[in-house]
Amino acid sequence: MPVLQIEDLHVSVDSKAGLEVVHGISIEINEGETVCLVGESGSGKSVSSLATMGLLPKGSLKVTSGRILLDGENLLDLSPAQLRDARATRMSMIFQEPMTALNPVIKVGEQITEVLQAHTKLSNADCHARVMDILDQVGLPDIERIARSYPHQLSGGQRQRIMIAMALVLEPRLLIADEPTTALDVTTQLQILKLIKDLQVKHGTAVLFITHDMGVVAEIADRVYVMNRGDLVEDGPVSQILSAPQKDYTRQLLSSVPSLVPRPARPVTDPKPALQVSELNKIYGGGKFLSKTKTTHAARDVTFELKAGRTLGIVGESGSGKSTVARCVMRMIDPSSGGIRVGGQEIAGLTRGGLHPFRKKLQMVFQDPYRSLNPRLTIEESIIEGPVNYGMPKDQARARAAELLELVGLPASAAQRYPHMFSGGQRQRIAIARALAMEPELLVADEAVSALDVSVQAQVLELLAEIQQRTGIAILFITHDLRVAAQICDEVCVMRRGEVVEIGATGDVLGNPQHEYTQALLSAAPGRDWDFANFRPVAA
Amino acid sequence: MPIYFLRRVLAAIPVMLVVAVFVFLLLRLTPGDPAAILAGDMATPEQLDRIRETLGLNDPLLVQFFRWIGALLQGDFGTSLISNKPVIDLVADRMWPTIWIAIITLSLSVIIAVPMGVLAAWKQGSWVDHLVMTFSVLGFSVPVFVIGYLLIKLFAIDLRWLPVQGYKAPSKDLAGFAARAVLPALTLASIYIALIARMTRASLLDVLNEDYVRTARAKGLTEARVLFRHALRNAAVPVMTVIGTGFALLISGVVVTESVYNIPGLGRLTVDSIFARDYPVIQALILLTSGVYVLVNLLIDLSYSLLDPRIRY
Repeated sequence: MPVLQIEDLHVSVDSKAGLEVVHGISIEINEGETVCLVGESGSGKSVSSLATMGLLPKGSLKVTSGRILLDGENLLDLSPAQLRDARATRMSMIFQEPMTALNPVIKVGEQITEVLQAHTKLSNADCHARVMDILDQVGLPDIERIARSYPHQLSGGQRQRIMIAMALVLEPRLLIADEPTTALDVTTQLQILKLIKDLQVKHGTAVLFITHDMGVVAEIADRVYVMNRGDLVEDGPVSQILSAPQKDYTRQLLSSVPSLVPRPARPVTDPKPALQVSELNKIYGGGKFLSKTKTTHAARDVTFELKAGRTLGIVGESGSGKSTVARCVMRMIDPSSGGIRVGGQEIAGLTRGGLHPFRKKLQMVFQDPYRSLNPRLTIEESIIEGPVNYGMPKDQARARAAELLELVGLPASAAQRYPHMFSGGQRQRIAIARALAMEPELLVADEAVSALDVSVQAQVLELLAEIQQRTGIAILFITHDLRVAAQICDEVCVMRRGEVVEIGATGDVLGNPQHEYTQALLSAAPGRDWDFANFRPVAA
Repeated sequence: MPIYFLRRVLAAIPVMLVVAVFVFLLLRLTPGDPAAILAGDMATPEQLDRIRETLGLNDPLLVQFFRWIGALLQGDFGTSLISNKPVIDLVADRMWPTIWIAIITLSLSVIIAVPMGVLAAWKQGSWVDHLVMTFSVLGFSVPVFVIGYLLIKLFAIDLRWLPVQGYKAPSKDLAGFAARAVLPALTLASIYIALIARMTRASLLDVLNEDYVRTARAKGLTEARVLFRHALRNAAVPVMTVIGTGFALLISGVVVTESVYNIPGLGRLTVDSIFARDYPVIQALILLTSGVYVLVNLLIDLSYSLLDPRIRY
């Protein structure tokens, strides 16, 4: 008998004319098996897993029909108290963002102890022993100290280990993992994936792994279910899904995954440097009178050059200093020392007023398109604000906004609408249009496609390349995603702890990495052995 | 933490000094002559001059100011122009009733309002929620004196459960104190119950959408534990701010209630001294009030770091 058996599950919005969001899906997971549920945002994969746990947000979503059998028992028939008893003991869940999933004001040891207190009658001493044992099992060092820490005192990887410890302390039959590694760096991701696998083998747990990342799927799945807009598109063993997908949607999803094999660099057409950064340093902290704080060297002697019409990628994990460099270049923060030349003009030491004429030449596209557009301004108002600020007459700015919207592939009618009426990909197009309105010479894109689904990501990357070809703009592309870097960048600069460890043509750096850190990053990239777009292993 | 505390205390000194200057000038520049009030209607100009001379009212303002500040620093708040008692004794006598009422009011408010807010947030959109919200709108909009007289009419005159007015010190007669304190405390509490309940509800609604609340439910914890252990503490910081500010406002804002219930506290002392233009007493009261504000704000800030370990100074 399967551990989890979902039969013809329907989930609707909890209202009179309830819109259905999951249209009758069926999923089966056996003991010791890892099943991946993949799909883009809005596919209903998280909703299905929350329905299983009985955690659908009250008043907004409800199960309308179907059965969810855990070891043959229908969870939908259980009373709230019975369902509570089943959580953590027979089924557990871990979530995407370990920072927000842990309670910030309670020590992590207590948060794990709480599970034992809620479901067992162990004495305090036994509880403590169990907690220490599971912390040890998830590979945390110095467990007594960690148990007494608050979540903000731990790293992202440590926090996710705590979440896993909390989920597995009572050895449930089923573990649901909802994008558990999406918020983590690749090297940490690799460790967490391995940990889940190890614990699964040890305890025979059935794992339902929800992800949008085909790389992760290739790495861990036994079987795969593909979802799209509330429907189950296709399912099968991982090898079959990756090498011989039957449905168009699955093929399209796999084809959108950017390849790790770098595209060839384009020939230099314009030798004029758009941006020169030399020996840039940024030191945070140091404190003031009576409040000495530790200093952090966030950028150390960073030097690179970017020519007009080309794209330079800065890649690295969190804390590598890549965003610090981007912000220094934009002069959103003041560099501690070093030079930043834009179009040959030094801007590192300029005051606010002196910087004013150069702001126009530097524009930025941010990571989260849901938060980087002012929700109270229409799209047109957002786009014309900058040019009008620099003296362009309003009518002219409006006409320009219409052109730009066309350029980024949005209808002219979009101008009078508000950001919430657009999807994530459309919003990122709007953000690009807003940046281009200033006719900049340099576009800084800080993780500009990281929040987007792969198919949308592919479109936005294409758009950026097209705009670059048309306008000759230089792009500084900050990303943690080596796949994206391999496809869009001419040159790549790899950063670690504030330092540039390797810089050069993308083909060289990612094709034949010299520095051990670059090699480590590449070998941690999930699914590196699979050529998704061609449905076959990477040719050796 | 001790360094932070010290810095906050030091930072309070210029604030208090500005208050002192303001207080001093405000009263000297308002019309009305204390000497004339002291002397009564029948006084001759010579008598008035003599009174002014003894009180130092003829000296230049600057001299008066430094003489006043110098005395303040030695704990001498002057002598009441009316009763001739030291101001510090007058204030100390009247302080306790006010502080007791404030403490009871706030305890009552917290005990009633926090569970109300939690319940409203938990059952958002239900009749419980609507009831709580309606009540809090009423609490805000009905004036204090109306509630005061309504409560007296109901509990003291019609039902005869409680005395109409007055005050007994809790050290002398605890039951008498409680019986006399409950109506004024309820009257004052109405607005704080409204405020704290709304704040708790709003703050908790935010927190209930957080991921860690979902995690707590995924662990199979009971709803009570999810609400009170996981959600409420995270929602407590804004609520704490309201409670602290509420305490400071209570110390300074009890004028109406003390008049309605005839309580010999700071509120009545303030009203009496203003009518009598009793400068030294008014000055001491304003200084005391600002001192309470500064102290309460310091305590609120310190409470943040106890509630939330991420906040460190």
